[in-house]
Amino acid sequence: MNLLSRKAMCNSHGQDSSYFLGWQEYEKNPYHHLHNPSGIIQMGLAENQLSFDLIEEWLAKNPDSSGFRKSDKLIFRDLALFQDYHGLPSFKKAMVDFMAEIRGNKVEFLPDKLVLTAGSTPANETLMFCLAEPGEAFLLPTPYYPGFDRDLKWRTGVEIVPIHCNSSNGFQITKSALNNAYKTAIKSNLRVKGILVTNPSNPLGTTLTKYELNLLIDFISKKHLHLISDEIYSGTVFDSPEFISVMDILNNKKLKKTKVSNRVHIVYSLSKDLGLPGFRVGAIYSNDETIVAAATKMSSFGLVSSQTQYLLACMLSDKKFTKKYISENQIRLRKRQEQLVSGLRASGISCLKGNAGLFSWVDMTHLLKSKTFEDEMDLWKKIVYQVGLNISPGSSCHCVEPGWFRVCFANMSEETLDLAMRRVHELVQVEYKRETHLSLL
Amino acid sequence: MDILELDQVEPVVELSRIAVSSSHGEDSPYFAGWKAYDENPYDQFLNPSGVIQMGLAENQVSFDLVEDYLEKNSDTALFGNKASGFRENALFQDYHGLLSFRKAMATFMQQIRGGRVEFDPARIVLTAGATAANELLTFILANPGDALLVPTPYYPGFDRDLRWRTGINIVPIKTDSSNNFTITPEALQSAYDSAAASNFTVRGVLITNPSNPLGVAIEKTVLNEILDFVTKKNIHLISDEIYSGSVFSSSEFISVAEILKERNYKEKERVHIVYSLSKDLGLPGFRVGTIYSYNDKVVTTARRMSSFTLISSQTQHLLACMLSDKEFTENYIKTNRDRLRKRYDMIIDGLRKAGIECLEGNAGLFCWMNLGPYLNEPTKECELEIWKSIVSEVKLNISPGSSCHCSEPGWFRVCFANMTENTLEVALKRICDFMAKRVKKHNNHY
Repeated sequence: MNLLSRKAMCNSHGQDSSYFLGWQEYEKNPYHHLHNPSGIIQMGLAENQLSFDLIEEWLAKNPDSSGFRKSDKLIFRDLALFQDYHGLPSFKKAMVDFMAEIRGNKVEFLPDKLVLTAGSTPANETLMFCLAEPGEAFLLPTPYYPGFDRDLKWRTGVEIVPIHCNSSNGFQITKSALNNAYKTAIKSNLRVKGILVTNPSNPLGTTLTKYELNLLIDFISKKHLHLISDEIYSGTVFDSPEFISVMDILNNKKLKKTKVSNRVHIVYSLSKDLGLPGFRVGAIYSNDETIVAAATKMSSFGLVSSQTQYLLACMLSDKKFTKKYISENQIRLRKRQEQLVSGLRASGISCLKGNAGLFSWVDMTHLLKSKTFEDEMDLWKKIVYQVGLNISPGSSCHCVEPGWFRVCFANMSEETLDLAMRRVHELVQVEYKRETHLSLL
Repeated sequence: MDILELDQVEPVVELSRIAVSSSHGEDSPYFAGWKAYDENPYDQFLNPSGVIQMGLAENQVSFDLVEDYLEKNSDTALFGNKASGFRENALFQDYHGLLSFRKAMATFMQQIRGGRVEFDPARIVLTAGATAANELLTFILANPGDALLVPTPYYPGFDRDLRWRTGINIVPIKTDSSNNFTITPEALQSAYDSAAASNFTVRGVLITNPSNPLGVAIEKTVLNEILDFVTKKNIHLISDEIYSGSVFSSSEFISVAEILKERNYKEKERVHIVYSLSKDLGLPGFRVGTIYSYNDKVVTTARRMSSFTLISSQTQHLLACMLSDKEFTENYIKTNRDRLRKRYDMIIDGLRKAGIECLEGNAGLFCWMNLGPYLNEPTKECELEIWKSIVSEVKLNISPGSSCHCSEPGWFRVCFANMTENTLEVALKRICDFMAKRVKKHNNHY
């Protein structure tokens, strides 16, 4: 026998999707500028590698933070023993200050409302456990991060119902799309518990507009729903329009300290903004005491290492560092995005106008033979195997329109990005040549 | 009809059942003792009459060895010597875990077991602590509504770790002092029948070896009986061995891994081991746990699920270096054992002088103390009564057996490794005085 649970036997971990298969191909044949210059370039990984030097510089100047010292006194045993799920107070204070700073200090966050988790992956899952029963649903705008299928649904039994967005309006959320998603859920006998949005959006690389945010708040008020705003890319907004946090909207609508504000929850992480995915630092921010209490206890299943909490408490408390980091990081991201966008433009490929994130949402619809997902897959395979770029097909993000791809730009050097652009140019030349040839027949 | 009016039956603002339930277990009397400590904590100089914490199974006796290592290897903590050390480490979020760390863990686990078994780094799945490891295994091995059989008395945290979000039931395998709380085949069968009577599908047996709260390593014959039982019933066996490094003498601990080896690894697919560095190395804050499974599908699934509970790469790197240092680990394991044994002898001796006997233990960071003879009646109420006076009058936070689901009233778990020798002496003196007063009071009634 050795039967395992249904959760173990099912596919909800999502690892058979194309998103992960592209990774596998990359792993078999990874690009290296010296050892494997014809290998596959990884453009499917939303990592921020542009500003490590700033952190390394800070670490070199502050060895105490990684040496378990405070004012030169060894505090190793205090840290080693510290497993309080309320988190290191100095770290929580530093985190909420950092989150406020990213939002131009227009909103204030309180340490007591912050729950630390080992990354935003468990933060999102924990909120599902707290807000929904198995079989209930959350509405998510498409396209969305493929990992959500696993993070939100696998062990929780919660369903995702898509709010379909399309290119007619830059993939923005509309009232009718919201209503349609809600209607679909009801028709499927699914009880909707809330909406989860990613702002800035992954994979779109755009920030939600004031209109969209107001729409969402109005909707959850009327329907008595929760709203989770995954803001893990909030520190990567490098261009206008500036980032508007959902907390800001609540303040503007004079909804602070109301029942509605108790149903709005933010997820944050240092994986994208600071480029530290390995350190497993995530957080839930909520105005609802019951949720904070329940999530805090649940965080026992995924606490942040006290060694790491201490290091980052020191770093993020250094306001000189955080100010410099936030602005310099944004400058570099803008520059890198521009390099990608102009490189693609030279190949006749346009992108959705993005102002944030570590990736662009690229329009390759004109390169499809026909506007179908089969053709999108064919194009994707060509790009992975022939062109040698691992990019993420829109279908893996549940996009309703075939032909869109997410292409990352912040996880490689300028030279590698340049090479990637040249490879794309070659592909397009070949495609155009063939099509021109065919049309002449 | 306006689409907006198509609404759900009633406004749904409530939270999930899980969020509002009390299966997190934090309302038990176990925590009331902690509260007394938090409000009035003992300090040798600043608050010598405060409450001494003896309810926390922490290992503080060997920190100097780790601090010494860090002093000599400071570049370890600083991400190594390579220029790219920091950024590679910061980016590393592969759920397979750092290979060097897995290798080091496998070796460490081997050393603890006196080299009598080998562990394959490819079967090690890393989790943020044993808390996460136990929950993860439960998600993988059981469906909501199913049952795991767990010998009593057991670690109170299991009520939350195994049941809260997973929705499974714990059915106790009852043990008592008549045979030193040994697990018997009859008790196993009885628990199984009890589960069946409640219509629970039993998925496995979870043992803690060495036992918390008993402080005893499970004997070879018993391990064989348990393995035979799970084989016969076609269920799983989880062996939580997080205290394996705290057995006072290496030869006295038999891991289920050794039993499997003797059986040529037959039926190995039903066996899974949980380990952690929180107890043996005294590093609960670093969140380092592992699942070691002999079942390939469990390893693959656990690895994927560990995405929800990965270990900080910064911590993996530090510990990979430390645990790869054979000189350090051999010295640590041996010295730690010796110090724990010394502490154990000290507390047993001190309690005996106060007229209190303990279960004969050979492991752990605590002893299992018997106040049964001093209860007015052999009831849970009397146990809690005497516990309240120990917390409030003697000012010691110890754990009552009822919080561990012990079927026999009067037993208490008393920790000894989370304080200095000095503090332990103070605690023992207080107990002596308390018992002397009680006897005097008792005698004055005649």
